[in-house]
Amino acid sequence: MKQVEITLNVNGRACAVTVPPRMTLVDCLRDVLRLTGTHVGCEHGICGACSVMFDGEPVRSCLMFAVQADGHAITTVEGLADEDGEISDLQDSFWECHAMQCGYCTPGMLVASQALLAENPNPDDGDIREAISGNLCRCTGYQQIVEAVKLTAQRRRGVRS
Amino acid sequence: MTDAPTLPNYRYVSRKRRTKEDRRFITGRGKFVADVEVPGMKHVAVLPSPHPRANILDIDTSAAMALPGVHYVLTGDELAAETNSLFHGLDLPNVIWHPLAVGMTRYAGEWVAAVVADSRYIAEDAAELIEVDYESLPAAVDSEKMIDGDQPLVHPDHGSNVLFRKTWEWGPVEEDFEAMPHAVSYRARWGRSSTVPIETFGVVAKWDEITEIMDVWASIQMPQYQDQIAAALGMPMNNVRVHNDVDVGGSYGVKRGIKHTVLVSYLAKRLGFPVRFIEDRLDNMSGGDAHGPDRIFDITMAFDDDGVIKSMKIRALDDVGAYPGRAPLQLGKPMTALCGPYRVNSIEYEAISVTSNKTGQVPVRGFGQSPTNFAIETGLERVAKYLGLDRVEVRARNLVRKDEFPWKIPPGSLYDSGDFHAVLESAIKTSNWDDLIARRDALRAEGKLAGVGITTCLEPGGGNNIFEYLFNPKLEITTFVESVLIKVEPTGAITAVMCTTTSGQGHETMVSTIAGEELERDPDTIRVVHGDSLEALPTRSPVASRMTIVLGTATSNAAREIKDKMITIAAYDLGIEKDQVEYADGEFSVRGAPERKLSWAQICHIAHKQFHRMPPGHELGLQAYSVQQVPGAGQLPNEKNEVPLYPCFSFQAHVPLVEIDPDTGKVKLHDYFIAHDCGTAINPDIVRGMIIGGVAHGVGAALYEKFEYDQDGQLLAGTFVDYLLPSAHEIPPVTDIEHCTPSPITSLGQKGSGEGGYLGAPAAVASAVNDALSPYDIEINELPIRARDIEAALHEKTN
Repeated sequence: MKQVEITLNVNGRACAVTVPPRMTLVDCLRDVLRLTGTHVGCEHGICGACSVMFDGEPVRSCLMFAVQADGHAITTVEGLADEDGEISDLQDSFWECHAMQCGYCTPGMLVASQALLAENPNPDDGDIREAISGNLCRCTGYQQIVEAVKLTAQRRRGVRS
Repeated sequence: MTDAPTLPNYRYVSRKRRTKEDRRFITGRGKFVADVEVPGMKHVAVLPSPHPRANILDIDTSAAMALPGVHYVLTGDELAAETNSLFHGLDLPNVIWHPLAVGMTRYAGEWVAAVVADSRYIAEDAAELIEVDYESLPAAVDSEKMIDGDQPLVHPDHGSNVLFRKTWEWGPVEEDFEAMPHAVSYRARWGRSSTVPIETFGVVAKWDEITEIMDVWASIQMPQYQDQIAAALGMPMNNVRVHNDVDVGGSYGVKRGIKHTVLVSYLAKRLGFPVRFIEDRLDNMSGGDAHGPDRIFDITMAFDDDGVIKSMKIRALDDVGAYPGRAPLQLGKPMTALCGPYRVNSIEYEAISVTSNKTGQVPVRGFGQSPTNFAIETGLERVAKYLGLDRVEVRARNLVRKDEFPWKIPPGSLYDSGDFHAVLESAIKTSNWDDLIARRDALRAEGKLAGVGITTCLEPGGGNNIFEYLFNPKLEITTFVESVLIKVEPTGAITAVMCTTTSGQGHETMVSTIAGEELERDPDTIRVVHGDSLEALPTRSPVASRMTIVLGTATSNAAREIKDKMITIAAYDLGIEKDQVEYADGEFSVRGAPERKLSWAQICHIAHKQFHRMPPGHELGLQAYSVQQVPGAGQLPNEKNEVPLYPCFSFQAHVPLVEIDPDTGKVKLHDYFIAHDCGTAINPDIVRGMIIGGVAHGVGAALYEKFEYDQDGQLLAGTFVDYLLPSAHEIPPVTDIEHCTPSPITSLGQKGSGEGGYLGAPAAVASAVNDALSPYDIEINELPIRARDIEAALHEKTN
């Protein structure tokens, strides 16, 4: 089968890969680049487990072909921590609030939450629920996720929790 | 919130503490089955049957085999000839189950062939090239008609679509019915839904012909997994190594991929290279055999003028789909709490399990208890309505009282402990019940439909599969064991080996917290690993809200034994009697002479390195294991078929407020209050997450989720577009208040909490919806209650 050479900027690093044209972005991230933090849940764009940041916007990496990402910047859950491996304040809040159980939807939830906070540093509960409503979690009932996002925003504003 | 005045002053237990597991999940470092990379691994795709019921006349695999990159195409005939059929809970010698259809396909989506290729992409291409010649046949889809025998036979050799039918009577049912002035009869129906984890099932198998070990990595939550793999492959159990350190991306009961595993293991052995199969979403929803209960209840309750229920007659008809597996036993577990938290004197229970041309059913969160709770609570609503009594008051009059524990119910379960009235009262108080009613009435005054729901229910925890014996005397199994090994290294570090997988329950946190509490060591320094099945001690897997009860008690026992060993060593070294040793904070000192002491590290050093300082005959090293039986379990049923089932009973009261759009029937949950008592909560954040997550899961079952079939047997809900999982929009803020009535039969008073929210929420939401519909004299007792169901009922009433 025909192969295509592409270059993705993933978590700040340029990655040259050769993929079949029909390979989805999530399969490329997971199987070619071995960044397995991004998960596959439904492969039809509903569950959001495969969410990644694409040029700063959250997208479903199961609904894109890898070749469509040629030359673009992608951030996965592996790119949320800083270079020394220090976890981000959002990740820390997810841990503090136990905003997960099985952890499968968590990378997608982090991406959706990061996108929200980038746009709206002071979201209320409704804003948060709206922002994560495209990401399904079967474990938590969402409440501790909402609390984690809120805690992150409060900490960024210097509000003591 | 916590409402627990007199708890022991624990250091770590019941304290707000971060979990052990979350750190790997927030960094993307979880190791799920699809992350397992075995060198040389090939990929499987399966071909589903498009027919609900058809004879397979011919399968032509030549075009598929010819596709470059394809290694093998497997059909049912070969697999059936080379492996043993899969296990059923019932004794059904003529109901044969193999991973791939043999001769006949019994539901739309059943796997007919499997392709192995270099990639999943190529495997799917090849699956499309397989040509199957089917003779389509009419399907059996109506569970009520199965009993009369006028539906096509799903398993012709069995001779009937009824797999099991039996009636039990506990206590003087007819006498009680005659003595009561009132009775109500009603039907309640639980739709075919399931837990539908976001991660589908997946499995990787690798056969090594030199060591003769079948390595299995799987997204599994299942008792006797290793046993059943070995049995199907016809090899000793110690040829199968299940890697229990695979993170499982949600299960809630359903991750029972035994047929997937046998398929993949066979292929790995047959082909000589590792093979992996990860379900895609459609594989999971249609062919993965992961549907849940699909039940019709017909119930009559007999009661007095005060609404006190004396007796119940329950008939439960459950459609388990084409291949029963363990599913029919889900009619057995609810015997554990068959009358809920209520003081009922006698019960008649008829359980009927039928097979149909639908996807197979597997255990779902609560193992059949949630549908039963919904059916019982529907009765409480009926009794209140019949007598014109307050719904809360009727429940209060029937609840077992605080001073009556242990309370024995007619089927034999002993309710261990509780303060049901206090928890109900707390739910009423926390929800500001009167204000809630006022809010409901204000919404109604605005022309909206609004309702407040109420449910009280039990969460049996701990397991004990003796009910299986009542369904199949060949299953004379009276243990439901769980084990742990704790070892302290020469330098003092502690490692606990648990023996099964985890699918979000936080077992590593639980084990480390309890071990830390018992040994007075920081749980953050205690490592918990999941031993593989060749290393592990006996386990029955993390089902039945049981790990905190059984594994938790095992952890206490093992930790206490280690502490005792250390005290023995300290006493010998210090030259004193054991009872003269005081242990606190990692130091062993002489009572009354605290300057004479040995540190934790010194004892560990002696135990591992200094034989000359060890008490004579004392085992070297510092390790202890505990193989824990379910507390209170172990008996066979007596001559009246009474037997104690699950050992521990958590309790809860739910109060939701709903609003319904009168034009569309759409339900909006405004608020949700729950008062909950699971005894000692080991980690409050984990318990809270379980409760709220369980409620969300129950909201789905109550309002949205259904594996709908058409009249011909075609599945209409194979994607997340037509099987609706609740999002953050549908789940309201949940206010949870915790009580603590410690269990007298576990090590720290802990009970189960993994299922509770799900066991009460469907009944509570239905109660609220029916309260909202009551001004129209509409009552819907069939779940899910979808917007279109409400709209249709309203339309009928108002036109």
